[in-house]
Amino acid sequence: MGFLDIRNVTKSYGRVEVLHRVDISVEEGEFLVLVGPSGCGKSTLLNMIAGLEDISSGDIAINGRVVNGVHPSNRNIAMVFQSYALYPNMTVGQNITFGLEMHGVPRPEREKAMKEVAELLQIGQLLDRKPGQLSGGQRQRVAMGRALVRNPDVFLFDEPLSNLDAKLRVNMRTEIKKLHEKLKTTIVYVTHDQIEAMTLSTRIAVMYQGHVQQLGAPKEIYDTPANLFVATFMGSPAMNIIPAQVVMQDDRPHARVTTRDGSHAMLPFSQANLAAWDGRDILLGIRPEAITDPDGADRKSDNIVALGNHIGLTEPAGSDTFVTMTLGGRDTIARMRADVSVSPGDRFEFAVNMDKAIAFDPGTEDRIGP
Amino acid sequence: MMSAAQTQSVRTGHVTRMFIYLFLLLSALFYLLPFFIMLTNSVKPLGEITGGNMMSLPEVFTLEPWKAAWSSAQVGVEPTGLRPYFWNSIRMVVPAVFISTILGALNGYVLTKWRFRFDTILFGLMLFSCFIPFQIVLIPMARILGILGLAGSTYGLILVHVVYGIGFSTLYFRNYYAAFPTELVRAAQIDGARFFQIFRRIMLPSSGPIIVVCVIWQFTNIWNDFLFGASFASGSGAPMTVALNNLVQSSTGVKEYNVHFAGAILAALPTLLVYIVAGRYFVRGLMAGSVKG
Repeated sequence: MGFLDIRNVTKSYGRVEVLHRVDISVEEGEFLVLVGPSGCGKSTLLNMIAGLEDISSGDIAINGRVVNGVHPSNRNIAMVFQSYALYPNMTVGQNITFGLEMHGVPRPEREKAMKEVAELLQIGQLLDRKPGQLSGGQRQRVAMGRALVRNPDVFLFDEPLSNLDAKLRVNMRTEIKKLHEKLKTTIVYVTHDQIEAMTLSTRIAVMYQGHVQQLGAPKEIYDTPANLFVATFMGSPAMNIIPAQVVMQDDRPHARVTTRDGSHAMLPFSQANLAAWDGRDILLGIRPEAITDPDGADRKSDNIVALGNHIGLTEPAGSDTFVTMTLGGRDTIARMRADVSVSPGDRFEFAVNMDKAIAFDPGTEDRIGP
Repeated sequence: MMSAAQTQSVRTGHVTRMFIYLFLLLSALFYLLPFFIMLTNSVKPLGEITGGNMMSLPEVFTLEPWKAAWSSAQVGVEPTGLRPYFWNSIRMVVPAVFISTILGALNGYVLTKWRFRFDTILFGLMLFSCFIPFQIVLIPMARILGILGLAGSTYGLILVHVVYGIGFSTLYFRNYYAAFPTELVRAAQIDGARFFQIFRRIMLPSSGPIIVVCVIWQFTNIWNDFLFGASFASGSGAPMTVALNNLVQSSTGVKEYNVHFAGAILAALPTLLVYIVAGRYFVRGLMAGSVKG
């Protein structure tokens, strides 16, 4: 049993079930990120933890106590909203202490708690201002201060960074991570941004169409995605998915793929269990960073395969250069060093790190496991 | 919002501009002329009106008609002036406006932030009450006031105006609160605020513009109402509008037109005052939400 237990929870509106049997157990101090495209049910799940939406069936327990039907204010949770939801008519100080006031905490204690939080978040000079006079980043801090001041069991974040501009978002992301390392609190964080999910979390739940597709550590989600959806949703640019056929050669399973000029290339798998798929079609999954120029290939890998193909398009992005080629009839993106010399139309020897390649069953779209 | 309206106005040439000002000036004169005539004739002795020109300025300036209208003119049978009826109206309009505005705000709050089954149908029915002609409810209302023992009293009139006002005040507040972020209510719930605390501490402090709109609307409507006043409050309990009618309709003696003019202005003064004091909020409130920013 964990610190926050979500057991067999479903949510229905009338006869439509929008969340199907979710089971997640969060340990104390964990940073769980719920990630998925809009409408996947992640915010609904968060609102159910907060008590803002009813639970249709199943249980949610916080710190060993089942909280189904308990009023949001009595669950000992705090929430940071997407729009920050700062009370416009109150000063920053009043915003931060409103919750304490509602819980009947006497004024001297409120002031003390407010000072501590203000110091932690460096918003001491803003306490007398109204939210309308603050910048986006400052509002974000105040919203976090309002959550922190109550010293809750669980923090809930509902896409807290999506209203900030790109640069500030990266800064605030780092600050949230620092804050978590410092305070060791339990956090459930909803986002549609897979980079936020990867950088912040200790565990990720990837959600799609009301189902948890995969629950695991960021590295696990990234390296061994459970299915095609998780594989293509996590990572930017997305994982390349190439139609291929398993062919046995020298007692080793190979992926046979078609290059642009119609010839076949053989890519040896590192997973021996794919021998069972001999002669059958699969979908080959390779992340862009596993396809490079020969000099940029991962030296620790013992399964680097040369693949000759024509270069389609080059996109210099400053830190990297993205090179597109056609493989198995699909556009396939390779991520190369910035100063690699490539030009569209040329034939080029790509280096494919087959240690990182995975295979999917084209029927079920699940990863073919070891 | 305001600055956007100013900076986006179309640039015009001098000639066009002159025509625009001329048109505006004429329109203003057209509206002000009746008021001008009322004002000038209310400070003339009666002889100047009956014997001369209504349009001319007073030759002798006197405030006697105003004093008479306020405190000594024959209204109905008693020579009391309009004063007691003015206070009747105040006693009616202040609670009626206050109660209907508060109830409208509560309705708007519930209809937007505490959604329940059939809430849109309920709101539709409340809206419908805005379009029911006053005459239709006269007899049922008289019956109900009779049952409640409020017939012929100021309290009865307050009840009638509150009931009639709720439709409009609910409409105003519902539309205003529909644009009010629901996340604020949720944040307050998590902070531990309950139904009325959220209303009083979060919603009401942000409702200034719409409260002003609602108060002006209700005040002018209730103050100017004649039908309900004449039907449900008679004699010494009558509101200002009914008393003004009685003053003008008094059949004994000569028609004191100057007193009638002064009385009419007195009856219109409170609504005029409300507009002058709160008018700019009225326009701003009506525009709220129509333009982003």
